Amino acid sequence: MEPAIEAEGLVKRYGSVVALDGLDLAVPEGSVMGLLGPNGAGKTTAVRVFTTLLRADSGRARVAGLDVVADASKLREIIGLSGQYAAVDEYLTGFENLDMVGRLYGLSARDSRARARELLERFDLVDAADRPVKGYSGGMRRRLDLAGALVAKPRVLFLDEPTTGLDPRSRIGMWGVIAELVAAGSTLLLTTQYLEEADRLADRIAVIDHGKVIALGSADELKSQVGGERLELTVSTPADLASAREALAPLASGEITADEQTRQLTVPVSGGSSALMESLRRLDAEAVKVLDVGLRRPSLDDVFLTLTGHAAEEEEAAR
Amino acid sequence: MTTATLKPVRDGMVVARRNLIKIKRVPDLLVFSTASPIMFILLFAYVFGSAIDVPGVSYREFLMGGIFTQTVLFGATITGSGLADDIQKGIVDRFRSLPIARSAVLVGRTTSDLVNNVLVIIVMSLTGLIVGWRIHSSPLEALAGFGLLLLFAYAFSWVMAVVGLSVRSPEVFNNASFIFVFPLTFLANTFVTTADLPGPLRVFAEWNPVSAVTQAARELFGNTSPAVPPPDAWPLRNAVLTSLLWIAALLIVFVPLAVDRYKKAVSR
Repeated sequence: MEPAIEAEGLVKRYGSVVALDGLDLAVPEGSVMGLLGPNGAGKTTAVRVFTTLLRADSGRARVAGLDVVADASKLREIIGLSGQYAAVDEYLTGFENLDMVGRLYGLSARDSRARARELLERFDLVDAADRPVKGYSGGMRRRLDLAGALVAKPRVLFLDEPTTGLDPRSRIGMWGVIAELVAAGSTLLLTTQYLEEADRLADRIAVIDHGKVIALGSADELKSQVGGERLELTVSTPADLASAREALAPLASGEITADEQTRQLTVPVSGGSSALMESLRRLDAEAVKVLDVGLRRPSLDDVFLTLTGHAAEEEEAAR
Repeated sequence: MTTATLKPVRDGMVVARRNLIKIKRVPDLLVFSTASPIMFILLFAYVFGSAIDVPGVSYREFLMGGIFTQTVLFGATITGSGLADDIQKGIVDRFRSLPIARSAVLVGRTTSDLVNNVLVIIVMSLTGLIVGWRIHSSPLEALAGFGLLLLFAYAFSWVMAVVGLSVRSPEVFNNASFIFVFPLTFLANTFVTTADLPGPLRVFAEWNPVSAVTQAARELFGNTSPAVPPPDAWPLRNAVLTSLLWIAALLIVFVPLAVDRYKKAVSR
């Protein structure tokens, strides 16, 4: 079957800055693709190309079998976009915003109003429906913006960093809303710089850096690329940190990282709980006082670090 | 006509309605867009007016045609700041991802700004009547006068649309539009007769579309004196025709230019 979203060799330059550097992507119908990368990796540019807002310098992109350039106007009828910055009108009420979008999608006045009410209910905005958006919280605006993207029941949905800038509680609320959409079988492309978000919502994740996909797979597949579990332990003194590192070196399946500030040691290991037991025996023999110890599977942070040589957040801070 | 060909017009009206709701929700906008012309009328009628002599006609009657033109021109600048604001806030992205005609947002914007100008003209006419301005022509001519002012404002809205879509920030737009609007409204026959201006400025003033529209409005409202004919310059002797030509020229050039700018307007 033809993928719902397909890109081949997309290139987009802004002067000397290369936003997309030969991006290839294929998203099967009914699945959720997470586009994961730091700020400036090219995620938003890719979404803008797929949603006909921007023309790539070269390469080809098709959504639901329609070319994003040649069939742009037809394509706009079947996609929904919710952007990084909630594109809702401040002076209109929530209801008026959705009604306007419905009318512009070509719904009749009656259908458009009915759809607006239905969406306000679904996104828990009924109480605020007749208040101007100016007084909405950030989370409410995002929900309204997402509702706007769903007015015409799009076949393919694009969400560009749907939770950036939201407080943790609103973020979890937004995840719930998106998870429901996913369960209903929408094809969805989601960009995010939060590894946890991609892990939680996406079937497959494309890790993107400097305008290219550098890794692709399910969260589990990506994690296994980085190897087995991580043993994490915290000791009480800097001297203990050094001796623990030495004691555990023979067990490590990769590079051990130590954080002097938190006196935390991360040791990649294989063998799960037996490795945990062995390490505790060794530390006991060296008389190292362990405050906290745990075994965890690699996070997407570890994946990002392994793939790019830098952490997602570090890159962002450097910009 | 089928519904398919009507869709761009209908979309334009949906967008216009959205802009008009804003006027309703933020009445300060209308208050301040009418407050400054009222101040201008009072200032010129009672302060500067006594120092300016226009032969053959009372200064307050002379003044109103100029202030009407100046005000609708200022009113038309809202088109540019409104579009720049929409781009900055990302709403244009939403519109551009919808299956609507590329011109719908611009048609909607210019239409709602025209409605705003109608409201402003009503308030100004009342103020004018209070300070002693009177219409001496037939009701039909007076209607034609108001119609011409609004048509000119509508055409100028498209010029401002191009500026607003180019600068993409309402703050920058406010400064940029100043550069256009001030020379246009002051290097003209709005507050003084062009005859008093020095050489090159007089030529500019005589060919300035604002002068033509102002002269046409004065003629259509009957605020001219047969004793004092307009200056010996073709555009001012044929003010109504010149105004219509300017309006047509502005629309022919700036409508396609604005639509093109809109297509390329990518926020951030």
